[in-house]
Amino acid sequence: MKAKSIKGYCRLAACLMLVFSLAIHGDQDVSKQQLLLNALTNLKQGSMAEREQAIIQLADNGSSSLTILQALLDGQLFILKSDDSLVIGADNNQGYDIRDAITGTAKGAVERTDVGKINLTNKLRVSLRKIIGQLQLSSDDPAIRLAAVKAMGNEEDESALAILKAREGVEKDETVKQAIKVVFLLKDMNSGDKALRINAIDALKEVNSLDVVNRLNAMVEKDEAGNFVESDIDIRNTAKAALININTRLQLYSSIETVFFGLSLGAVLVLAAIGLAITFGVMGVINMAHGELMMLGAYTTYVMQQLMPNNLAFSVLLSIPAAFVISALVGIAIERGIIRFLYGRPLETLLATFGVSLILQQSVRSIFSPLNRSVATPEWMSGSWQVNDFLSLTWNRFYILVFCLIVFVLLLQILKRTSLGLEVRAVAQNRNMAKAMGIPTSRVDAMTFGLGSGIAGVAGVALSQITNVGPNLGQAYIVDSFMVVVFGGVGNLWGTLVAGFVLGIANKFLEPFAGAVLAKILVLIFIILFIQKRPRGLFPQKGRAADS
Amino acid sequence: MKLIGLGTDKIGTTVLILLASVSFIIPLCNLVSPADSPLHFSAYTVSVLGKYLTFALLGLSLDLVWGYCGILALGQGAFFALGGYAMGMYLMRQIGTRGVYGDPLLPDFMVFLNWKELPWYWLGFDNFWFALLMVVLVPGVLAFVFGWLAFRSRVTGVYLSIITQALTYALLLAFFRNEMGFGGNNGLTDFKELLGFNIQSEALRALLLMISGVTLIAVFILCRWLVNTKLGRVVTAIRDQESRVRFLGYRVEMFKLWIFVFSAMIAGIAGALYVPQVGIINPSEFSPLNSLEIVIWVAIGGRGTLYGAIIGAVLVNYSKTVLTGLMPEIWLFTLGAVFVLVTVFLPDGLVGLMRRRLQESHS
Repeated sequence: MKAKSIKGYCRLAACLMLVFSLAIHGDQDVSKQQLLLNALTNLKQGSMAEREQAIIQLADNGSSSLTILQALLDGQLFILKSDDSLVIGADNNQGYDIRDAITGTAKGAVERTDVGKINLTNKLRVSLRKIIGQLQLSSDDPAIRLAAVKAMGNEEDESALAILKAREGVEKDETVKQAIKVVFLLKDMNSGDKALRINAIDALKEVNSLDVVNRLNAMVEKDEAGNFVESDIDIRNTAKAALININTRLQLYSSIETVFFGLSLGAVLVLAAIGLAITFGVMGVINMAHGELMMLGAYTTYVMQQLMPNNLAFSVLLSIPAAFVISALVGIAIERGIIRFLYGRPLETLLATFGVSLILQQSVRSIFSPLNRSVATPEWMSGSWQVNDFLSLTWNRFYILVFCLIVFVLLLQILKRTSLGLEVRAVAQNRNMAKAMGIPTSRVDAMTFGLGSGIAGVAGVALSQITNVGPNLGQAYIVDSFMVVVFGGVGNLWGTLVAGFVLGIANKFLEPFAGAVLAKILVLIFIILFIQKRPRGLFPQKGRAADS
Repeated sequence: MKLIGLGTDKIGTTVLILLASVSFIIPLCNLVSPADSPLHFSAYTVSVLGKYLTFALLGLSLDLVWGYCGILALGQGAFFALGGYAMGMYLMRQIGTRGVYGDPLLPDFMVFLNWKELPWYWLGFDNFWFALLMVVLVPGVLAFVFGWLAFRSRVTGVYLSIITQALTYALLLAFFRNEMGFGGNNGLTDFKELLGFNIQSEALRALLLMISGVTLIAVFILCRWLVNTKLGRVVTAIRDQESRVRFLGYRVEMFKLWIFVFSAMIAGIAGALYVPQVGIINPSEFSPLNSLEIVIWVAIGGRGTLYGAIIGAVLVNYSKTVLTGLMPEIWLFTLGAVFVLVTVFLPDGLVGLMRRRLQESHS
């Protein structure tokens, strides 16, 4: 049986060569079109021999017929009985949603009985799979090529390997080339020649692939009877050495991943805390409604998406300024309406703003319902960046990290370069002196509070991309963000940045041992103890301002 | 009489008399009069009143540290909950074989988690007196350790408030974990009996109301006496001018620590009285929101007066019961608005308002 199928395949490959050479020499456009039509006519004929013929013709047509071939393999290629045309159908439970196989235009839904499926034999299916692999291998997209290499590497077939070998010579993309190399190294590893095997294992230890790790692990393990799976001790030792080598790298990558997750958690904390750092540091105001201002920002994103459901990416970008404005306005209203009566009584501002937070929470609950709202993530933010088999970084976390840094730098520049920033710093250092110098402190207070609140709103936009948007969103972050501010040292933006990242990373490094909840508890206890040692945080304010 | 400050303050005296009548007349009416008489109060009224009195005790404990010592503790709810858990553990051990799984030793949730033996910290809780000791000891020790660390390194004001909040938040997270052995999310509940009495029985409810009332009165009088002693006056001086008191040679941190621990113990007692009356204790009692609510009771009543805390606690909780029953969505609006209005317009709370009225009518 096996010999027969190999023979069949050789014949197919020979035909392929022939067709390839024909295509190269022929008048490209006309002959291609003609070939495609010919192939499809053949496909519609009943006999398997004709279908085989058709598949070969289609294969020659290059990547453009890949969808047809794939559909054929998946059993989704049909003949529409009404007009005898070829269609690709997707099952919709009642029947099929069909589209034209050649042009790809949708042709609506049909009953199951309206179409006839084009059947395949197992033998044809095997060769079809190879042809598809081959076509994918010559695709322009490296990702498709990579997937094809991996799929073909798993097949124990000489001819598939021959195709891969040929591809290795012309492949330009490093990752794909590497993947092909790994396929052959793995093959060498299982060969009979000891020197070849040892060389292969030696070469594989530099490769970052889970597949390699699994294979190597299998080699050094014992079977149920207690004997080593691999009887040769030299090979076992080489495999062990290679595993150690790989595991060191694996650990390195997992540390990188942890640091990345820590940084992204830290970025969220910094975003949440930095607005608080301004109001707390500059004005000595404890804004318990800060979390709710973040919640408003998140809901702004939600509303923006409802307003423009067709333009997701744009709506998220537009939400950033919108959330800033809305939260800043609410913040200014809080400052003018309540907080300005309470200056010099920080504990009272805590209570009053807590009252505001309750009102804001309940308003959102009454307007939007107490249930969580889902905010969609634009396409460019979803998915992850697969660095290699051992390391993949999610895009949304990556963007939040970048976003956090942008916000931080902007805020720093506002405080450093603008006249508002100058006034804010002056008031923070010495309120009375600033007043004496003619700075309108009460206007500066309102603007500062607005700025801090606006940043809370912007943080809310970022949060909406990673958590559920609900009335309790703010509450979840308020204790954490206070911790960050206090840990970093009040009135110091750099302190907040460092504190946020340190706490984020510490949290993520503790999580594997302690679990998420215990890690959080440990971090809280650490901060409580840290405050005892350095009551003014990591970077305490110096000078007179610190005394007040 | 003068010693405990009665007679000098009309409002304080009125509150005491009211408290005494509530805690004796209502339970007695309930026990003696037949169910159809107009003097009979429903079991619901009795248990709700009992709950209010434990809240009043909790408010009192906060007023001691906040009103008299200026420490805005945002973790008072944690001590309350710890006291409650200690009592809950005793009640849990009393269930015995009547639990769903009928295990004579292990509470239901432990059987459910497949635990084989009782954790060491559950030992001894089958003894009522040991449990009572723990009710004051556990919050006391936690407050001592925490306060000793905090006051010694002079963590004050806002920083202190925030780390007390972190403390209760950390405990909240910890008690939510099943591995802690305190019933996780569900907490401790399904109690059967207290000292051999059925916990559902009206007689026990009435008795608990009476005990809560008596405890509240006793603690109130004790605190009243305390704040008028020299120790109390030093504590008040610390609130007003901490550094000056330090320069006068007093060890400020010791006074603060003392009052903080004492208040934590009172909060623990309040929690222990609360649990048998509501029949459940779960981790949500640790939530920072609860502790903030205690602050608002005291703020509304008027801090630094002791009876203000009692008035505030009862009033706020009564309105909570009424409003959440009538229209639940209004409650948070009201609470929020009250927070804002009281802090901005009534820094001395209702008691301050009443005092002003009294003074006006005298002059």
